[in-house]
Amino acid sequence: MTATQAPGKSVGAPISRVEGHLKVRGAATYAYEHRLDEPAYLHPLQSTIANGRVAKIDASRAEAEPGVVAVLTHENAPKLEAVGDAELEILQNGEVGFRGQFIGAVIADTFEAARYAAGLVEIEYEERETDADFRPDRDDLYTPEQLNAGFEPDTSVGDVDGALASAAVKFDATYTTPREHNNPMEPHSSIAVWDEGELTLYESTQGVYWTQNTIAPLFGLDAEKVHVISPHVGGGFGSKGLPHANVVLAALAAMLVEGRPVKFALTRHMMFSVAGYRTPTIQRIRLGADAEGKLSAICNDVVEQTSKIKEFAEQTGTSARMMYDSSNIQTTHLLAALDVAVPSWLRAPGEAPGMFALESAMDEMAIECDLDPVEFRIMNEPEKDLESGLPFSSRGLVACLREGAERFGWDGRNPTPRSERDGRWLVGTGVASSVYPVFSMGGNAATIRADSDGKYVVEIGAADIGTGTWTTLGQIAADELGVSFEDVEMKIGDTKFPNASGAGGSSGITSWGSTLVEAARSLREKIEAEHGGNIPDEGVEASAKMPKNPHRKEYAMYAFGAHFVEARVDEDTGEVRVPRMTSVFAAGRIINAKTARSQFMGGMVMGLSAALHEESVLDTRFGHVVNHDFAEYHIPTNADVGELDISWIEEDDPYVNPMGSKGIGEIGIVGSAAAVANAVYHATGTRVRELPITPDKLIS
Amino acid sequence: MRQRLAGHSVPFLPPGMVSGFEFQEKHMFGDRQFAEGRMFAFPSHYLKGDGFMDAEITLRVDGEEHRLTVDTRTTILDALRESIGNTSPKKGCDHGQCGACTVLLDGRRVNSCLTLAVAHDGAEVTTSEGLSENGELHPMHRSFMEHDAFQCGYCTPGQIVSAVGMLDEVEAGWTSHATEDGENVSLSDEEIRERMSGNLCRCAAYANMLPAIKEVSDR
Ligand code: FES
Ligand code: FES
Repeated sequence: MTATQAPGKSVGAPISRVEGHLKVRGAATYAYEHRLDEPAYLHPLQSTIANGRVAKIDASRAEAEPGVVAVLTHENAPKLEAVGDAELEILQNGEVGFRGQFIGAVIADTFEAARYAAGLVEIEYEERETDADFRPDRDDLYTPEQLNAGFEPDTSVGDVDGALASAAVKFDATYTTPREHNNPMEPHSSIAVWDEGELTLYESTQGVYWTQNTIAPLFGLDAEKVHVISPHVGGGFGSKGLPHANVVLAALAAMLVEGRPVKFALTRHMMFSVAGYRTPTIQRIRLGADAEGKLSAICNDVVEQTSKIKEFAEQTGTSARMMYDSSNIQTTHLLAALDVAVPSWLRAPGEAPGMFALESAMDEMAIECDLDPVEFRIMNEPEKDLESGLPFSSRGLVACLREGAERFGWDGRNPTPRSERDGRWLVGTGVASSVYPVFSMGGNAATIRADSDGKYVVEIGAADIGTGTWTTLGQIAADELGVSFEDVEMKIGDTKFPNASGAGGSSGITSWGSTLVEAARSLREKIEAEHGGNIPDEGVEASAKMPKNPHRKEYAMYAFGAHFVEARVDEDTGEVRVPRMTSVFAAGRIINAKTARSQFMGGMVMGLSAALHEESVLDTRFGHVVNHDFAEYHIPTNADVGELDISWIEEDDPYVNPMGSKGIGEIGIVGSAAAVANAVYHATGTRVRELPITPDKLIS
Repeated sequence: MRQRLAGHSVPFLPPGMVSGFEFQEKHMFGDRQFAEGRMFAFPSHYLKGDGFMDAEITLRVDGEEHRLTVDTRTTILDALRESIGNTSPKKGCDHGQCGACTVLLDGRRVNSCLTLAVAHDGAEVTTSEGLSENGELHPMHRSFMEHDAFQCGYCTPGQIVSAVGMLDEVEAGWTSHATEDGENVSLSDEEIRERMSGNLCRCAAYANMLPAIKEVSDR
């Protein structure tokens, strides 16, 4: 819909993306595409060992190559401040902590010359033994101090062991999820330019201020000396949340050629070593229930992997703490620190792998209890958040399950596995729940200017990584200003606009939107109080910070969803096809019906992808991912995606934020892999507990 | 095509080699030894000194003629993006595995990252930007916008060029893996999905691309 929206009626409308006309033509400027004079091109040197140090580096042949401007190594690299982040403090000594780590760079006049000359640098290493074998029986597993997003590693309510011992129905199984790489289509890219002690970064980032705040201290700069420009971002899914070492490398290289822009885009291969990834997990789920199927014990014991040089502890077990009713709940997290690249955020870190295990186990437990998996979930619906004791601000899981069952045609399903076939295809259906917390992030401010012609300009350093921010923030501002959508112009993606958090944890709209609402209210009050209700000729502006949400202490806030999947499995080859998927979400007020649907869809398909395709295979001898390209690391193509039925229930939640909205960037991926696995079980009678569900696991 | 050797004399030319261009066309795929080793070492092995092995070529891009000097290692994708400044086609993998770089080359869709510029002197290149006519968006552009057939937009110009090229292929009667009887093409959903599967979209807007493309093909 592109028609003019009546004042106050923008939120909820299916407005097409405002920057769409740029994107379809390829005219939206992504990081690497800013036109600057005389750019130099960077090609990195990456370590070919996983543990040790660079003993000798001979760049003479590379330096003699036509077009080469400089070769950057630890021997000539500018000094960085010690900030305690070994992922980012590159080239300060010859130490190597994982294979593929940056150990230098060639800077040249052309991309081709830089790439070619990088192959001429001769490097000798002193190698130490590589320890990259992730196993749950290692004797050096440890409990991290805290998990990602600040969660407690271990929690316990009641007496899980006692409850399990006395449970009428007991269940105990272990699930694994593999290493997965984010792989946004736009590789991580930077153009770095130094000018009189200030650094400008044209960046592909989920947060211009997150980049500024991470990079500035490394170079001993005040934050405002680092300018970050990122109007359009070709996807991120977490990997562009906090900057990785590629940004530091570009900035270091640019110091060697001060004044000259240095361009650096990771190749697809490099995306598998330096840009973050989802850590592999091993989860032992134990459930206990009484004879009627009422849960008495829920337990998720997680073992996962991190890097020796920097800890990342995925919050895999957190959803088990609040998802279903039980008086006894326990979760634990153990880490193995290895000589591997640094794991990081990938869409729904924690919930995505955690809910694969829990929702697969819930399916298995429903079968043990002889209950329909939808009904089993509904009868174990909690009344409050068991961990905090707080009521939910809203909890739409049951509504999603019922609505989804209706839309999908779940009723009358024969629960017996292998009960339906279509020629060679075994046909099955599966269900799983979804959840994602309503996060909000601090440090937001916005400025709104009104001009006498009735047009408004809204400035905030927010990000649009495909999320629709350019459009949705305009909708929120327009409604709060009481004007039509077309009268509002958004300005985002640049540190010249007010401070903002990044696109992460599905927190964008909650954080930025609350700030805009506050700024719009201040502006309206100002126009009323100081200008008698009329915008003066010279215009007027107001700024505001994000207000505190008093309800945060009173309610537990989550979005919920339910996925229903039909899977067809070729009996002979084990090929799995998913011809249709129905998902229903309860995510508060939907800001833009069109872009929201796409975000849900993107998450659902990424879950389908996790279920069937994605696995980064580590060669434990050398510590590198062997299938490091799109030919071997599979993500769905158009032909892999069937009919998707996506909807949401009306949900009025006055507590989450002034818009009543909940983040939707991640919930689509949560639980969807389990729904596929549950459908595959129903089709074949084979329970696959190790993702991805590749044909070899289905052919007996 | 005229080859310019930046003022260097060539100490040795492989037998039968007249220019870098012919060398590539005749030997690159026929002779494994050249293809794997010496071909790619050629620029610096054979030409010691400060020059590149550059070549001057002409490309017609989105209706406009460009005369440019390219390194013989330069792909059409990099020539477009870095030399000409047309960043409509994107680099997603540089290996022919994602389709983000799709352009029409003399009317056919190709992965421009796998296409050396020097081998296509005089070629006609159309990017998504060039599908617009007189400042008017192409119907495929408009349909993608209307159906929200993208999110981040990075794969999008490639998807759109691919869709336009694909419809021409269907028009010409080319069959695909999804063609039911292997002979007669009718543009089913399966055909569209199959024929668009050379273009990856990590945002997974596929299910919106399908109706977007169908709507254009139905007109
Ligand atoms: S960039 Fe050419 S196919 Fe990926
Ligand atoms: S729209 Fe983001 S990759 Fe396709």
